[in-house]
Amino acid sequence: MDRRMFVAAAAVLCLSPAMAQEKVKLVNVVELSGAGATAGTNWKNGIDIAVAEINAKGGILGRQIEIVHYDTQTNPGNTRAAVQRAIDEGTYAVLGPVFSGPIGASMQISQRAEIAQIVGGEAAGLTKQGNPYLFRTSLSQSAAMPKIAAYLQNDVKAKTVAVVWVNNDFGKGGRDAILPELEKRGIKVVADVSTEQGQADFASDAIKVKNANADAVFVYLNEEESARFLRAAKQQGVDKPMVGETTLLGAKVIELAGEAANGVKGHVGLSIDAPVPAFQEFGKKFQQRFNYASDHNGLKGYMAVYMVKWATEKQKKFDKKGLADTLRGARITPKDEPGIMIETKIEQNGDLDRESFLAEVVAGKQVIKQTLPMINP
Amino acid sequence: MAEFIAYLIAGLATGAIYALAAIGFTLVWQTSQTINFAQGEFVMLPAILILALVKLAGAPFWLAAVLGVALFIALFGWGFKITIVDPMIRHGVLPLAIATMALAIIMKEGAKDGFSAEAQSFPSLLPAQTLSFMGISISLQHIAIIVVACVAIGGLQWFVTRTRTGRQMQAAAQNPGVALILGIPVARMVMLTFLINAGLAALASVLISPIYLAKFSNGEVIGLFAFIAAIVGGFNQVRGALAGGLIVGVIDSLAAAYVSTSYRLAVPLVLLVIIILVKPEGLFGRKEERRV
Repeated sequence: MDRRMFVAAAAVLCLSPAMAQEKVKLVNVVELSGAGATAGTNWKNGIDIAVAEINAKGGILGRQIEIVHYDTQTNPGNTRAAVQRAIDEGTYAVLGPVFSGPIGASMQISQRAEIAQIVGGEAAGLTKQGNPYLFRTSLSQSAAMPKIAAYLQNDVKAKTVAVVWVNNDFGKGGRDAILPELEKRGIKVVADVSTEQGQADFASDAIKVKNANADAVFVYLNEEESARFLRAAKQQGVDKPMVGETTLLGAKVIELAGEAANGVKGHVGLSIDAPVPAFQEFGKKFQQRFNYASDHNGLKGYMAVYMVKWATEKQKKFDKKGLADTLRGARITPKDEPGIMIETKIEQNGDLDRESFLAEVVAGKQVIKQTLPMINP
Repeated sequence: MAEFIAYLIAGLATGAIYALAAIGFTLVWQTSQTINFAQGEFVMLPAILILALVKLAGAPFWLAAVLGVALFIALFGWGFKITIVDPMIRHGVLPLAIATMALAIIMKEGAKDGFSAEAQSFPSLLPAQTLSFMGISISLQHIAIIVVACVAIGGLQWFVTRTRTGRQMQAAAQNPGVALILGIPVARMVMLTFLINAGLAALASVLISPIYLAKFSNGEVIGLFAFIAAIVGGFNQVRGALAGGLIVGVIDSLAAAYVSTSYRLAVPLVLLVIIILVKPEGLFGRKEERRV
C-alpha cells in the first residue's frame, strides 16, 4: 500500500459509521416554551448536568452521550411529532416530556417502536394504560395523594377543604385522586374550583376560595399558575392553610410568588432541600451552573439520564428494548448507581416507589419537616 | 352581595388594564385608520425590558423602570411610527395591519429567546394587602390599578379636549388635510399620538405584571381582550375604549365566578358578536362613513 492509499483508507475509516457510533444519542422532548416552560427548563438543565458528568467520566460503556433537546412548546401535537422525530433519528431512549397531557398524547409512539420513554409526568392515568415502555421519574398521584389527605387530616386537622385544580390531564388526575382520599377521611370538599392551564388572572378563583371559608385549601396547579394563584389569594386576604403537592412548593413557585408562598405546606417527592446529601449536592451544582435553584424537575431530569446509564451498564450492551426490560421491576440503589441519589423501586407498570417528604415554605425557603417512607419497601 | 362586589372590583381592575390597551387601538385607528395587532405585545414588552435591565445590566429597579419605559417609548412610539407605520401606510391599511401582526410575532419571540421563556416575578409598587370596608375585602393593588388607570385616562381625555395641543391632535386625526392648511403640524401630532400610545402601554405593563407575572405570552390575552373592549366601547372614542375595557373586565370576572372558568373567554366574545350585530359603531362610538 503506497502512502496516498494509506491516507485515503485512514480517512475512510475515520468517517465510517463505526466511528460515528462512538456516541449514544439521547433525545429529550420537552416543554421549553409555553405553559410548561418552567418545568421543562428545569428538567432539561438537570439532564445537561447528568450528561456532562457522565461524559466527563468516560460515558456509558465507553460511549459519549450526544444529547439533543426538542421544544414541544407544551403542545401535544408538537410532542407527538418530536417523539416520532427522535425515534426516526435513532434515539436510544426518549427523555421527557414533563406535562402529563403531552405524555399521554405521545407515549404510544415510543411503545410502538419498543423504545423506553422516561418522563416527568405525575398523572395517575399514564401508567394505567399498560404501556411497558413508559417510566416515571416521580411518584404517581396515586402514591402522593393518600399522603396529602393524611396530612390534611392529621396535621392540618381540616374538616373542610377547598380544592383548586388545573383543567388538564395533570390537574384532573390529581383531583380525581384526592377526592376519594378526602372522602375516606371524612373531609368535606366545600369548593371545587377548576382553572385553566396558562390562566393569568386568578382573582375570581381566589374570591371563590375565600368565600368557601374552608379549613384548608388544596392547590393543584402547574408552577406558574400556582404562583399566580398564591399571589391572588394573598391579595384577596385568604388566610387559610394552603396545602399542595410538589409543584406548589417548588423553587420557581417560591421565587415567583414571593411573600405569598410563605406558609404553604405539602408533600414533595423530590427536593434539593431534603435531608439527602446527594440531593443537596445536586442543588449546589445546579445553582453554580445555571444561577438559580433547581426545582423537583431538575432532579427528575438528572435521574432520568442515570436510569438510562444504570440499565445500560446492567445489560452490558446498547439494546433499546433491553433497556426497557431492564428498568421494569428494577430496584436501583445509590450504591449501585450514585446518580440515582435515593433508593428507587420501579414497578412493573413504570410507577416509582421511594421515600418522600413533607415540607413547608418558611421565609422564602422550602423546609423539610418530615421524611415519609416508601409505600411498599 | 359582598362577594359580588369583590368580583366587581377585581373585574374593574382587570378592565382598567384592558382600557389602557384599548385606547392604544383607538389612537392608532384615529391617526392611521388601521389596527395595531401588536397592541397586546406592547403591554407585554415594557415589563420584560425593565427586568432585562435589572437582571442583565444590574440596574436598580427604579432606574431600570425609568430607562425601560423611556427605551420602550422611543422604540415602540417613535421607532414604530418611523420604521413600520410611515413606510407601510402608503400601501394601504391592510399591509400595515399585516405588518403589525408580524411585529407582534417578532416581539413575542424576541422576548422569549432574548430574555426568557419562563414567567418572571415583577415587583409591585404596593403591598398585597386587603382593605376591609363594610364587610367587603378589597385588594389594595386592585384599587391602585383602577385609580392609576382612571387618572391616566382622565388626564389623556383632559389633554385631548382641553389643551391646544390636544385639540390639534384631534384635528389632525379627524381631517389631516384641512388641519395642515390651518397650520397644524400634523406629522408632529401623529407622532405625539404614537408616543402617548407607547406610554399608556408601558403604564399598563407596570400595573399588570405583578399580578400576571412578566411573560412573553402575556400579550395574547391582553391584546385579545383590549381589541374586544375597543370594539365594544367604540373604536373611534377614547371614552368608548375606557367603558369597553371596564365592561369586558367585569364580564370576564363575573363569567369566571358564575359561569365557568373554561368558558370565561367565550363570554366577552359573545358580547362582541352582539355589539357588532346591534350597534356596530360600539356603545360610545361615532358612526363613520367613508367613500370607497
